Amino acid sequence: MSNKRPYSQARALLAIAKASLQSTFRSPSAVAFSFAFPLFFILVFGFIGKGGMTVGVGVTPDSDTTNAIYALLKSRPEVKLIRNESADAMTDELEKGKLDGVLRFSISNDSTVPHLQVKLETSKASAQGGAMLKMMMKTAVDEANLSAMPQVSRVAVLNTEEVTNHAYKTIDFILPGMLGFSLLSMGVFGTAFVFLNLRNMLVIKRFFATPVHKSVIVLGEALSRVTFALLTSSFIIILGRLAFGFTLQHGLITFIYMLVLAFIALFVFMGFGFIISGLAKNESAVPPLANLVTLPQFLLAGTFFPITVFPEWLQPIPKLMPLTYLNDAMRKVAFEGQNLFMVWNDIAVLLVWGVIVYVLATRLFKWE
Amino acid sequence: MATEKNVIISVKGLVKYYDDFVAVNGTSFEVYEGEIFGLLGPNGAGKTTTLEILETLREKSAGDVTIDGLDVDKHPNDIKKVIGVQLQAAGYYPSLKLLELLDLFSGLYNVRIDKMEMLKLVGLEDKAKNKYKDLSGGQKQRFSLCTTLINDPKIIFLDEPTTGLDPQSRRNLWDLIREIRAKGTTVVITTHYMDEAEELCDRVAVMDSGKFVALDTPDNLIDQLVAKGFERKKEVKKANLEDVFLNLTGKEWRDE
Repeated sequence: MSNKRPYSQARALLAIAKASLQSTFRSPSAVAFSFAFPLFFILVFGFIGKGGMTVGVGVTPDSDTTNAIYALLKSRPEVKLIRNESADAMTDELEKGKLDGVLRFSISNDSTVPHLQVKLETSKASAQGGAMLKMMMKTAVDEANLSAMPQVSRVAVLNTEEVTNHAYKTIDFILPGMLGFSLLSMGVFGTAFVFLNLRNMLVIKRFFATPVHKSVIVLGEALSRVTFALLTSSFIIILGRLAFGFTLQHGLITFIYMLVLAFIALFVFMGFGFIISGLAKNESAVPPLANLVTLPQFLLAGTFFPITVFPEWLQPIPKLMPLTYLNDAMRKVAFEGQNLFMVWNDIAVLLVWGVIVYVLATRLFKWE
Repeated sequence: MATEKNVIISVKGLVKYYDDFVAVNGTSFEVYEGEIFGLLGPNGAGKTTTLEILETLREKSAGDVTIDGLDVDKHPNDIKKVIGVQLQAAGYYPSLKLLELLDLFSGLYNVRIDKMEMLKLVGLEDKAKNKYKDLSGGQKQRFSLCTTLINDPKIIFLDEPTTGLDPQSRRNLWDLIREIRAKGTTVVITTHYMDEAEELCDRVAVMDSGKFVALDTPDNLIDQLVAKGFERKKEVKKANLEDVFLNLTGKEWRDE
């Protein structure tokens, strides 16, 4: 063979990235962590967000169903009316907390009392649902009474108006959190396991026997993880948008901003992975170390609830975590429609973490 | 054998320390172009360390090593382009298919190859779409040998290529190694099997505690020992148990 072209490290880089990506797609744990796990949470929270809280109400078989209040209840999506059961069965279910209330609508022929008599039974077995139902019924009855009265004799009227023109849905909070956590897991677990495995299985050593540069091996692996992470991130965002109406304030540009944030964060998280692959002697040492990095952030960095719900003394901890800033930036970009310059302080904290982590990683990383 | 021998590997006063431990203690030898050179010795004798220094995978502590006229310290990357390396243990992404792994290595060596042709060389064309981890021990070693040939190297280094293989696979790997040498490639091999060294190697070096204790053709070494008055305790029969085994189970490759 007499092709005397200079050796191309770029060609070697792409070859490594491609092989690593093929290997990643065949790894059940990688696919589970980055696709299935976030997907599962998004589905669960997506459906909760859609449903909201509902109350189950029994309506006794002898009830009048031609009245306005019954019609109103029937039109409310959060009220589930049960009709085809006996009154005794309903009382039993009420006592067990399976129903939040039992209603009886009866028509009175006595002219000294209102025409429509509504009786609501609740129980302590379902105190919250019962309270909600009481409020709802009181409002419904008041409304009905008011509408029978002339306007002028009313004392006051409440006018409500919503300031934002779009609703903040559960998915708008949960999706950026899950995306952040998925990136954290992929960066930390993925990188740590892959490099430890490649080292132990002598894959890296075999690479050393070829003319490829050492740094190109790391870059190739990193390129493959970045590609994989951006693919899964896109998948999560697009699914959230299509299935649950996740808010992308400025559409495509917001989507691109989110991917840029994902890229920066993954770069930081991979640094943790490099450190762990250097510290861990064998595969079983990886999960405890990796969990030490991921679990506290999973719980405290605003993945499932805003960090403001934590007591005062706990607040400084999430404020140190890189995931907190990724989640914050993602939500601002996606929901509030901010651009990358407006979240510069979040990005700055991530980059500071990046510097710290890579200084440590270059000292602790092991080739063999 | 050619009358004029070209030196392709030259080692002078090679020393390797690991902290206080001396793994290789001042060895000097030459390997000629086109020969099969065996490195023999018990575990811990320094065979693998010596091999890895020649492969530019390990830094030496002292001495001079040149491979195909190139100094290992100054031109490791140029050396890597003209050698092929088979490591003792695996060294491949386990879940990749053989064709994908060959793609990877053709990228790493920057060469274009006919992948099926490469697999045919080692009798693995039927396994092209199998994952590396699903190969048998013998198939893994054959594939490993295949990757050492990708860059059409002048020298290949094989570290215990037949350890753990059944007699059939071992013999067929020997045939493969002979075929490779027949094309002009120099082969440096380590082994624990003396029958293998006797059968395969043109010259062998015997290492012990980091030093060469003998270096000659297998025939000469045996003659020297016999000349000293050595005799086997038991009279040798015309066949041994391995001959019996091969006679009973056949010589074909077993692809379990």
